[in-house]
Amino acid sequence: MPLFDAIRLALDTIRVQKLKSVFTLLGVTIGVMFLIAVVSIVEGMGRYMEEDLVGKIIGINTFELRRRPNINIGDVDEAVWLSYSRRPRIMESDVQPVVDALPEGVRWAMYSEDNLRVESRYSRPRNARVLAVDGDYFGLKKMAVTRGRVFTTQEVVLGGNVIVVGQELQRRLFPGVDPIGRELRMGGLPYTVIGIAEPQGSAFGISFDNFAIAPFKAPVHRLLNRRPHVIDAIAVQAPDPTVLADAQEHTRALMRARHRLHPGQDDNFSLETSESALEFWTRIKRYLVLAGVALPALGLVVGAIVIMNIMLVAVAERTREIGVRKALGARRRDVMSQFLIESATLSTLGAALGILLGIGLAEAIAAVTPLPASVAPWSIAVGVLLGAGVGIVSGIYPASRASLLDPIAALRQE
Amino acid sequence: MTTTTDLTAGDAPLGTTAERRAVVSETGAAPTGEWVIVTRGIKRSYDMGGEIVRALRGVDLAVRRNEYVAIMGPSGSGKSTLMNMIGCLDTPNEGEYWLNGQLVSQMSDDALAHVRNKEIGFVFQTFNLLPRASALHNVELPLVYAGVPAAERRARATEALTRVQLGDRVHHKPNELSGGQRQRVAIARALVNRPSILLADEPTGNLDSTTSEEIMRVFAELASQGQTVIMVTHEPDIAQNARRVVVLRDGVVSSDERQDAFSTRLRQQGSAH
Repeated sequence: MPLFDAIRLALDTIRVQKLKSVFTLLGVTIGVMFLIAVVSIVEGMGRYMEEDLVGKIIGINTFELRRRPNINIGDVDEAVWLSYSRRPRIMESDVQPVVDALPEGVRWAMYSEDNLRVESRYSRPRNARVLAVDGDYFGLKKMAVTRGRVFTTQEVVLGGNVIVVGQELQRRLFPGVDPIGRELRMGGLPYTVIGIAEPQGSAFGISFDNFAIAPFKAPVHRLLNRRPHVIDAIAVQAPDPTVLADAQEHTRALMRARHRLHPGQDDNFSLETSESALEFWTRIKRYLVLAGVALPALGLVVGAIVIMNIMLVAVAERTREIGVRKALGARRRDVMSQFLIESATLSTLGAALGILLGIGLAEAIAAVTPLPASVAPWSIAVGVLLGAGVGIVSGIYPASRASLLDPIAALRQE
Repeated sequence: MTTTTDLTAGDAPLGTTAERRAVVSETGAAPTGEWVIVTRGIKRSYDMGGEIVRALRGVDLAVRRNEYVAIMGPSGSGKSTLMNMIGCLDTPNEGEYWLNGQLVSQMSDDALAHVRNKEIGFVFQTFNLLPRASALHNVELPLVYAGVPAAERRARATEALTRVQLGDRVHHKPNELSGGQRQRVAIARALVNRPSILLADEPTGNLDSTTSEEIMRVFAELASQGQTVIMVTHEPDIAQNARRVVVLRDGVVSSDERQDAFSTRLRQQGSAH
């Protein structure tokens, strides 16, 4: 029988038995729905991680020299932490030699940061990420101000009591007030707001706009590092990956010399790039995708058993029809393919429904939670293939039972 | 040599007994083209829970093209088994069955399916139409399995339905048709692939007498047009519509005679058996 006729026949059968078909499809639909939803969320998180979170924290073609990696969501055990804590700190005195060792055309910045209480006359105190920066911090982070200005050279050199704030902090500290020229306090000392930074966005519901930036030499840097002359990071940005690798090598060689490391000893500092920070994510993602596929697959197994059952019932109910078809010249493979196509059609329909519901579920989750969603085209293909596959696999036994029926006995069936 | 005209005349020879004996006795030899059905000593037994039931104990039968034969017999005589055999739904344990020049007694299931599709048009007591399919789709079924393209299928099925006066009922479902109309749809389905034989199993068993007569008229007309018809029935009245009546008893042919001889015997004995 031609495939098209067989599919039409299958759809006819499904249309006649709507309710039964819906229950049959449920397992496959739910399985595929969760597959699509989970994969979409994981994909969305991945895209977020890659493009927004890590990209924003570290930046493209950028590395940060730190005592230890800033982003530690991977499998960092106690021993590693212990070795991190034995590492020497990055000092202010490291900055000039590192900068001198860098190739032409790279930007650099250094900074220290911490969460501090920030006070203003117009609201209750707020916690914010406070940074003390030097070098081309604003250029390196591609951060412009929407209002006001950034620091002057004089303010940087002398450590003026001036500050650039993020949108979020500005909204909280100065509700309904123009903040430019107004005062905020950190550690009891006053700072004058001179600029409002452009919105930096958010990730997982955490705003990147709740910050205040002061010149490195401003008094606040003493609150950010309890020990004198210690800094958190030196950030270096190259125009392209080749120069970046070059800059990284120069910095590594210099720092190994400054820390008096012998050849064969591991680095006791970190050169963190967005790729290295993402390594942990790539690792986690593999498990998440695996779980996202494996758990719904369990649902599909249940769906397959249901379909097999329903198809066995269908074969029993339609024994006479099978007898008639055989009497009229249907061969074994005709009967076999009729029932296989029927169960595959049924199950693919269920998968299609599951894909739609899965996309809906992913969008709904994205709408009510900070988790982003991004429907992966491959997951739709996998959903359809799984649907058809489940249908065929679960149809094999019932279909072969049907094809092996003795036409005489089948025709005698009431 | 017998012709179609001779056969309709009723008293003309239906192929003499001697000729039939001759073709039946040539074990292993393919019959000539005029013989549609030749069975040579076919036996069939079933194992019914340890008890061997010998349904056919050596049936010899020869049917020429264009004959209209009724197969009669009381229940348990083996007529259903013989019908399944002739219809290629079953194969004998022993003996030969030649259908339209092909030795079908040794064929595989799929080869039998092919032969059923090409050579045999079934008409059943209970019609056996697919309940959810239209008359047209029901009639198209044998053509589907014959691999006929859709457009041609449609045309041929419509034509077959028109032939049984159902040209205006093609899109009706079986439950929208009367018993006689259903059986005519079944006849259209049986004929649509131009089979060598029309094989009817108690075709009037589920019909009232008026409708039975109507169906018998259709059969008579088909036979007069040259269609070979084999009809299995237990009703002597229905059997008398055929031109030749074969009576089966205890798994063997007990009589094989022209309709007029059968009718005479029926009147004299009051029983066909």
